[in-house]
Amino acid sequence: MGNLQNLDIKSLEDRSKVIRRHVIRMLVKAGSGHPGSSLSTVDLLVALFYSKLRHNPRQPAWPDRDRFIMSKGHACPALYAALAETGYFGIDKLDTLRQFGSMLQGHPCMKTTPGIEISGGSLGQGLSVGLGISLAAKLDNKDYRTYVMLGDGEIEEGQVWEAAMAASHYNADNLCAIIDQNGLQIDGFIHEVMSSHPIPDKWRGFGWHVIETNGHDFPAILAAYNEAEAVKGRPTVIVAKTVKGKGVSFMENQVDWHGKAPTKEEAERALAELK
Amino acid sequence: MTEMIATRQAYGDALVELGEKNKDIVVLDADLSKSTTTAKFGKKFPDRFFNMGVAEANMMNTAAGLATCGKIAFVSSFSIFATGRAWEQIRNTVCYSGLNVKIVATHSGVSVGPDGASHQCIEDISLMKTIPTMTVIEPCDAVETRKVIFAVAAYKGPVYVRLGRAAVPVITKKEEPYTIGKASILRTGKDLAIVACGALVANSLTAAGILAKDGIEATVVNTHTIKPIDRETLVNVARQVNAVVTAEQHVLDGGLGSAVASVLAQAHPVPIEMIGIDNRFGQSGEPDILFKEYHLLAEDIVLAARRVLERKKK
Repeated sequence: MGNLQNLDIKSLEDRSKVIRRHVIRMLVKAGSGHPGSSLSTVDLLVALFYSKLRHNPRQPAWPDRDRFIMSKGHACPALYAALAETGYFGIDKLDTLRQFGSMLQGHPCMKTTPGIEISGGSLGQGLSVGLGISLAAKLDNKDYRTYVMLGDGEIEEGQVWEAAMAASHYNADNLCAIIDQNGLQIDGFIHEVMSSHPIPDKWRGFGWHVIETNGHDFPAILAAYNEAEAVKGRPTVIVAKTVKGKGVSFMENQVDWHGKAPTKEEAERALAELK
Repeated sequence: MTEMIATRQAYGDALVELGEKNKDIVVLDADLSKSTTTAKFGKKFPDRFFNMGVAEANMMNTAAGLATCGKIAFVSSFSIFATGRAWEQIRNTVCYSGLNVKIVATHSGVSVGPDGASHQCIEDISLMKTIPTMTVIEPCDAVETRKVIFAVAAYKGPVYVRLGRAAVPVITKKEEPYTIGKASILRTGKDLAIVACGALVANSLTAAGILAKDGIEATVVNTHTIKPIDRETLVNVARQVNAVVTAEQHVLDGGLGSAVASVLAQAHPVPIEMIGIDNRFGQSGEPDILFKEYHLLAEDIVLAARRVLERKKK
């Protein structure tokens, strides 16, 4: 067990296109969901699942696996696609997203989906769960790491900062937060609805090691993950600048694409761009 | 003289015993570890004790994370903060995920006393039992509390245990068995049943004693598990006596009384009178004065018994 594959940058970029195509197909089939928020996370997820996580999709409960928590749970279509593509379950299951009886619920459910570490989707809760996992790893003298992805709208939740304070207090250097900073939330631009800026300074103030990066540049993302792993004595946050709706021109930076599924015609246009 | 011990005292001692036997036990508290008595565990097992500061929402989900890694996480604070502040964390992360988290909260009810209404949680049974899959327990004394803590540690899944600040009489015995979900009948009588939980069980026994002097024979049921409620025992008892009084230190909306009424209305309707707090907040004062003010005393249970017997006659 260990890193799944050691893909070159071109291969990672190809994987991202595959995942993004899945997201579009899943959402048009489901008729609802969150395309913008899913697409912004894809490159960060691909780098993690193909080049960083020590995991074994054939054995999702392997006790020594690295953990990944999608705290911004509405982006789960991208996560489901990454799980399916890396072998946690059949790719055919992606067609069932959000349907009655599906293993792929509208927000993550650990009881139905292999590879999901915690159920939820209510914003602001994932980092605390990640902290609990990191404390358990330390108690058990295990070296697995925990990654938690949050949105830049999500960090408006007060609980995130409770978790940030506690993770720093407990020197949780096996915990890595990834902020998908796409600049938008449901009601509009972050800076107009409720500014969470300056994001890096806030985390530094809470005692975290901060890495700022471009969330769509694979060499930069991989360098950030490696730097985070090397930091000892405190947790690390990767503040990744991303584009909401990344990869589909008419969805990029458009708040309307936060939580609406494309029509068949729109999906065809999107898929054509993702070839 | 009956021994008086607060249920929270028994909690801290039981945790230390459990911690010695089981290395997977971890305990989290939110800066109230002296009051909840989890500090006893923290002193003995500092590596497995996490003081999370005054931040209950984060504490609840940190416990959830620990539970996903095989730990049995006990989480403590005052009832109002554990169940109120962190309700959605309990609902969406702990229970929806089916995690092995034990929320053991102290300072429930008006018996908190001088701290007043803000700290007297009288809604927690309702808040917790409405969540799918949650188990809700309120032991009646310190002896039962020890058994409850061992039982919930052995049980797999989320549990809420409701404890109190004030000393209460020890009315159960060490050697009596304890099973989650199985109500215990402390006294039997043919005229009515008093169904109670927590501190009100002792008052119900006192009330039964007073009634006996007038030739009224009451069954007293200790319904320590409020969810899942022991339907079988409740229906059997109701069939025998055909009149029920419920008694709890909680608002009447959504507490033990409504749970009992729900069972009996569907299975064997009988007249029911309810002792509990009727749509009011608590206030400062010593517990005995507050019990009088909120009609939670043995005398109040006696009056309710007389009312229900009148209704039974009709």
